[in-house]
Amino acid sequence: MSKSRVGIKAGWWLAVALIFAGALWVPFYNRIDPRLAGIPFFYWFQFVWIIVTAAVTGLAYKARL
Amino acid sequence: MNWPALSVFIILFAFATVLGFYAARWRRGDLNSIDEWGLGGRRFGTIVTWFLLGGDLYTAYTFIAVPALVFGRGAIGFFALPYTLMVFPFVFIVFPRLWSVAKRHGYVTAADFVRGRFDSRLLGLLVAITGILATLPYIALQLVGIQVVIAAMGFDGTGLAGDLPLIIAFLILAAYTYTSGLRAPAMIAIVKDALIYLTVIVAVIVIPMHLGGYGAIFAAIPATKLLLAPPTADSFGAYTAYATLAFGSALALFLYPHSITGLLSASSRQTIKRNMALLPAYSLVLALIAALGYMAYAANVQHLPQYASYFDSYGPNFAVPALFLHELPDWFAGLGFAAIAIGALVPAAIMSIAAANLFTRNIYREFLRPDCSATHEAGTAKFVSLLVKIGALAFIIFLPNKYAIQLQLLGGIWIIQTLPAIVLGLYTRWLHRWALAGGWAVGMTVGTWMAAAQHFATSIFPLKLGGFTVAGYAALYSLALNLAVCVVLTFAFKFAGAHHGVDATVSEDYDEEMPTVA
Repeated sequence: MSKSRVGIKAGWWLAVALIFAGALWVPFYNRIDPRLAGIPFFYWFQFVWIIVTAAVTGLAYKARL
Repeated sequence: MNWPALSVFIILFAFATVLGFYAARWRRGDLNSIDEWGLGGRRFGTIVTWFLLGGDLYTAYTFIAVPALVFGRGAIGFFALPYTLMVFPFVFIVFPRLWSVAKRHGYVTAADFVRGRFDSRLLGLLVAITGILATLPYIALQLVGIQVVIAAMGFDGTGLAGDLPLIIAFLILAAYTYTSGLRAPAMIAIVKDALIYLTVIVAVIVIPMHLGGYGAIFAAIPATKLLLAPPTADSFGAYTAYATLAFGSALALFLYPHSITGLLSASSRQTIKRNMALLPAYSLVLALIAALGYMAYAANVQHLPQYASYFDSYGPNFAVPALFLHELPDWFAGLGFAAIAIGALVPAAIMSIAAANLFTRNIYREFLRPDCSATHEAGTAKFVSLLVKIGALAFIIFLPNKYAIQLQLLGGIWIIQTLPAIVLGLYTRWLHRWALAGGWAVGMTVGTWMAAAQHFATSIFPLKLGGFTVAGYAALYSLALNLAVCVVLTFAFKFAGAHHGVDATVSEDYDEEMPTVA
């Protein structure tokens, strides 16, 4: 495995760790403000987090991990 | 009787039925082999796999129960979001290994793999039984989804006449699963998804317009429902319940036989990985579906007299049907109901195929008829898939629905006990086969006890540590105990010098892109 592949792989593991931490650390997102178009943070944050996960997984696929 | 809704419903349902039978001719293969009947010949590409897995994982019951939970209990119902979000990276990392080793050795079920990996017929049997036990109530729950929408269209007969539409729907399903195998749900899933996406997109645009926008909908929800209960001096509130439910459910999802059947039918490792990047589209839809629960609450459907009798019969599960009937034109409500009913048939078909594969491969052929031919094997699987569906139908007709719901709740706790053998087994053989069996037994017993202690009303167990309560998902608690027992017993068996069998696989089997031997 080349050096850059190792770097990509490490970045992927870090991203997965962050995704899980963001999804599981409830105190961070269990709040009303800031709202987005009247929608409480609790709801729009988790919605955005799905999109982030999809993007990260998509990049991992592109990098053929 | 709501004729506009019913007419649209019947037309769409009939179309799905025709497709189901036609599917036997699609990418024609020898349906007298279990690989073709039960795994579609492992030839499904990215698009078909996407529809199949989406149809498989996001079931009719999801569309009814997730918004029902949000409607009744508020924020906690949204645990489905972090749950489905964590599934994809997890599967991306772990499950291509299962696909490769299964392709190389011709494994059809997870139990096939465990048996070969650990050289233990007992362990294979335990994994198979767990899978079957966890799947059966799940099939029955799909029927609950159909039952609710049929009632919503105005069938309020009681006794056998009231159940007749359900019986007809299920007989049709049984017939085309028998003839077409996994090809039938794969093909119908495409129709189902088109209908679901259409319904949800229209619903989340049109209904908020009636209700004054999303801001107004969220403003109508009481503050206690809008957020999770915060920690107090002697507990973590609902925080740990939310996080453990999401994490435990994410670990459990791809251990279910129907998920594994969907994965193994993919044509390559890359197909699976690509799908893990594409499947979050369903999670976004799920988030919108969960929001339907709040829309139903804001529309105040539970206090409208015309729906009172339905809420009496079906509880919060009637929230979405009532919302559709109240806020959308009748014909479009019919389309939404067809989406839910067809959305029940797809997973019910895959689940019954998966359960039939397990029984045939890991119980019948393993213990009862080791010398059976390939044709006899496929025939048995087809027959068992019929039995499984009839059993589920009888369960729903003759027993109260709450038993199916409670058993499905237990199903999640049970299926996660196969994680050490399947997921850890994909990486290492360090755990001893008998230790895995011991851990499984402890996990099953303790997990079931935890649910029983809550009278099967919830899978959240209030773990007491001194005076402090940590409420968490019983599946995760019992899995932790299972793993601890596995490790301790492994040391014990190794110390005692117990033989740990011969591995049928080699490490290259797990990583290969294109295994050469089928």
